[in-house]
Amino acid sequence: MIAIVDYKAGNLASVKKALDHLGAETVVTSDPSQVAKADKIVLPGVGNFAATSTLNDSGLRDAIVDGIERHIPFLGICVGMQWMLASSEEAPSVHGLALWPGECSRFPANVKSPHVGWNSLQIRGSSSRLLRGIRPGSYVYFTHSYRVPLLAATSAECEYAGGFSAVVEKDNLFGVQFHPEKSGTTGLAILKNFCDL
Amino acid sequence: MLTKRIIACLDVAAGRVVKGTQFLNLRDAGDPAELAAAHAHAGADEIVLLDITATHEKRATLLETVRRTARQIFIPFTVGGGVRTLQDAAAIFDAGADKVSINSAAIADPSLITCIAQRFGSQAVIVAIDAKRNNAKFEAWTSGGRTPSGKDALQWSQEAEDRGAGEILLTSMDRDGTGKGFDCDLTRQISQAVRIPVIASGGAGGAEHFVEVFRQGAADAALAASIFHFGMTSISDLKSRLFAAGVPVRFPC
Repeated sequence: MIAIVDYKAGNLASVKKALDHLGAETVVTSDPSQVAKADKIVLPGVGNFAATSTLNDSGLRDAIVDGIERHIPFLGICVGMQWMLASSEEAPSVHGLALWPGECSRFPANVKSPHVGWNSLQIRGSSSRLLRGIRPGSYVYFTHSYRVPLLAATSAECEYAGGFSAVVEKDNLFGVQFHPEKSGTTGLAILKNFCDL
Repeated sequence: MLTKRIIACLDVAAGRVVKGTQFLNLRDAGDPAELAAAHAHAGADEIVLLDITATHEKRATLLETVRRTARQIFIPFTVGGGVRTLQDAAAIFDAGADKVSINSAAIADPSLITCIAQRFGSQAVIVAIDAKRNNAKFEAWTSGGRTPSGKDALQWSQEAEDRGAGEILLTSMDRDGTGKGFDCDLTRQISQAVRIPVIASGGAGGAEHFVEVFRQGAADAALAASIFHFGMTSISDLKSRLFAAGVPVRFPC
């Protein structure tokens, strides 16, 4: 069972729909005990980094950390990926998981923001498990105003006013800045890779 | 590289895609869910479904159409037409849409933009502006292009951004339905006045018009309805022509 964590920040219907389409068993839940029982966790995210404070206040954070320590696969999408870092300029007082170093920063003022649309993946190396079978240069759909810096764990970068992390992964931890549930066949293939872990 | 988006718009009445001129002579153009899936398969970057009847009693039909369509597609999906309240927007998101497009209701009560953006995020809120040339300026019209609002389109686009809109869907009323090309002057003025993406709409007749609106109009995306129906231009042909002309597009998809 994949737990799709509902922290009351926007719309989770698309993520569930895509995973259901792939034949995965899913549950959308805001109940920490359901998250604790899951064998995979997906943390979607649209909207503001501040919305993740709900995770900290509700017991969901502990359930997620516990799952990560049990080494079950965890996928953060968009703000869900950003929350894997310690913090974001968007809401400096809210603490992320600090699984990776660095801070999420806003796009500079000389480009349009949010970064909306289909942009290409520059895949690093050939060992990414999340991007297995994905062609370098494949397009995926982004919509965000803040970005994760390039990290040692970055397995694909994207270019918009400089490079930023499109995919990060290490062991059982995965994060994608784009929306795989909205990225057509490429996105579905990436979600399938996650389901198959 | 961030690509220019091609957005297919489906005008829907009573659960069917329709196409006509100035809301007259409506012709049945098919099932929304099937057409949306076909457009997505052909390379559309997004789908917009516009409820052109937008009456209260037809809301249940619309939501069922949204639900059926959303099940078929895995690309961004916007719904507009008759969205008046946060509850209207919430019902549309619940049915599977990713963004709502608001027009008349936002002009009547601009705080609606902020209200939806705070609950669902700015990326989920498109403010649609129907602009009509008035001497050297452009005026925003409401109610499906029937009522002048008195608002300057350029100032209104900036206000919409300030209030939390994530994108502007800009329709040239002077070009809409003519097939003579997008209004590049209007599009460029608005695109340069805001920091959020601008979707150009109204007037698409052929691939050359898309090249123009991306090059001269500084559009971030372009939307069309009728040219993609009835097989006048397929999205895959359009994208291959844009690609050949050096416009960055998602091609092959």
